[in-house]
Amino acid sequence: MPNRTKVVSQDSTHSNPFDLSMPELEGMSRKLRRHIITMIATAGSGHPGGSLSAVDIIAALYFKIMHHDPCNPGWQDRDRFILSKGHGAPALYAVLAESEYFPVEELTTLRKLDSRLQGHADRNFTPGVEMSAGSLGHGLSFGIGIALAARLDERDYQTYVLLSDGECEEGQIWEAALSAAHFKLDNLTVAIDRNRQQLSGWTRNIMGIEPLNEKWQAFGWHTIETDGHRFNQILAAFKKAKTIKGRPTVIIANTIKGKGVSFMENNIEFHGKAPTPEEAKRALKELE
Amino acid sequence: MTAEASTREAYGRTLIELGKQNKDIVVLDADLSLSTMTHLFAQEFPEHFFDCGLEEQNMIGIAAGLAASGKIVFASSFAVFASCRCFDQVRLCVSQPKLNVKIVATHGGISVGEDGASHHAIEDLSLYCALPSFTVIVPADAVETTKAVKAAAATYGPFYIRLSRPKTPLIYHEDLHFIVGKSVTLRRGKDVTIIAMGIMVAKALQAAQKLATQGIDSRVIDMHTLNPLDEKAIIKAASETGAIVVAEEHLAHGGLGSRVAQIVARQKPVPMAFVNLEDHYASSGKGEELLRRFGLTAEGIEEAAKQVVQKK
Repeated sequence: MPNRTKVVSQDSTHSNPFDLSMPELEGMSRKLRRHIITMIATAGSGHPGGSLSAVDIIAALYFKIMHHDPCNPGWQDRDRFILSKGHGAPALYAVLAESEYFPVEELTTLRKLDSRLQGHADRNFTPGVEMSAGSLGHGLSFGIGIALAARLDERDYQTYVLLSDGECEEGQIWEAALSAAHFKLDNLTVAIDRNRQQLSGWTRNIMGIEPLNEKWQAFGWHTIETDGHRFNQILAAFKKAKTIKGRPTVIIANTIKGKGVSFMENNIEFHGKAPTPEEAKRALKELE
Repeated sequence: MTAEASTREAYGRTLIELGKQNKDIVVLDADLSLSTMTHLFAQEFPEHFFDCGLEEQNMIGIAAGLAASGKIVFASSFAVFASCRCFDQVRLCVSQPKLNVKIVATHGGISVGEDGASHHAIEDLSLYCALPSFTVIVPADAVETTKAVKAAAATYGPFYIRLSRPKTPLIYHEDLHFIVGKSVTLRRGKDVTIIAMGIMVAKALQAAQKLATQGIDSRVIDMHTLNPLDEKAIIKAASETGAIVVAEEHLAHGGLGSRVAQIVARQKPVPMAFVNLEDHYASSGKGEELLRRFGLTAEGIEEAAKQVVQKK
């Protein structure tokens, strides 16, 4: 468990409150995956595939990259993370719990009546959740608003938005892509969880989005492609993004849907289906 | 009541006033600032104005992000685009999180005229009244518009304010005491109550004068706030006048008429009549011609009042 005394206060210089080492990140990644499996299995519904593909990107941000203060979620100078693919909420909840925004024990209340952990991320309910999601395509526009506010207020916080690749089929994403470049928002970074699948199958068969990198470039963005499960690559990409000036950066993170659980990897069945108790047991054993 | 003034121009001028008082005012538009009059603000405060281009959905998301960062955000477009075009964005990003976004839409209703049915926002109030957290206001004239916009800026939470394209008759003096959710009784009367909003308020007053010459004493209420509705005034009107006419530039379903009828049915059932658009769209034509075609006139209100009085 991270040492709480490391948590920043408003007066301290910018730093990540956890600053985990590479082996610590690897261990945290397995732990977060165990949380995801347990949460969704306990709830009996949810989206394991896209949570497991996204979790390393979110972990890299909260445990290494972002300046944030779990004791003070409203800290005005915090870096913001917006989960636009709202069905990946279990991954965010697991990270927020391990970051001490709320107790880890609360994770198994996911999707239950009166729980603070709603089926899709909801800013009305959960400490640390910046924005509600669930209808796809909204998060980037919201992130632009936050990034513009930073500029108006002359604050130097960063805004990070996590999209899914299937989500890039939503027209609003491209409205937002146009405007973020138009407004030259270099304090805004998008990460795309490029797991190549969506609810009913392979993205290339449902609605092809290639060439994705070239599309974002054509919209005026700096693009970085990376492996979305190797922490050294994810961290390098986010660090590079922060150095790009005059335009926003998109990190296309190649991931595997269901990553870390052999029978869930690239298995579209687990897009929106909870593991049975037996499957959960097998998954947890693989993640020890 | 011959003097007329533009509600959207009143909006633009009020934004400047607000911008001078509060540096947290931010204004967004979707390439219509010359028509919505937000360009007046843009000229004064270019750094606090963002033209989002023809991206109404994106504009609402941006508005929500700015509001979540402490800004008081005004986002404008034509009523048809500011409602139908971005409803999911408004629902998820503004209504559910109850963010401090003021959507001020101009060009409401069929008085838009020549541009035709695609540009006639006649569903917008139904949509916005369906959202639990929204305050929905349709001012009757330029004075009330200024007061409503200031009230929206001073009150935390989502607002939808619908304005008109044409100039509207001035009803109020500057000393109007405007309270969100509290209607204005413009004329006392005991035989029937005419409840109206927006451009229909001036027509209701004309109708009341005509009715008076025929021995019908009408009460006229400017129900500028559709949500939250002034239930007290409605119940009082039903009890004291025993008949109600609702006049609105909107489709029959889900607008002011439906909302008033719900209260009347629940609290004090009395005969009611409705002056609005039945289940159909309008077409091109001059605004006044269209209003006449569909009976959204002083005569239409007068006729409805006479009929409903007979049912008492």
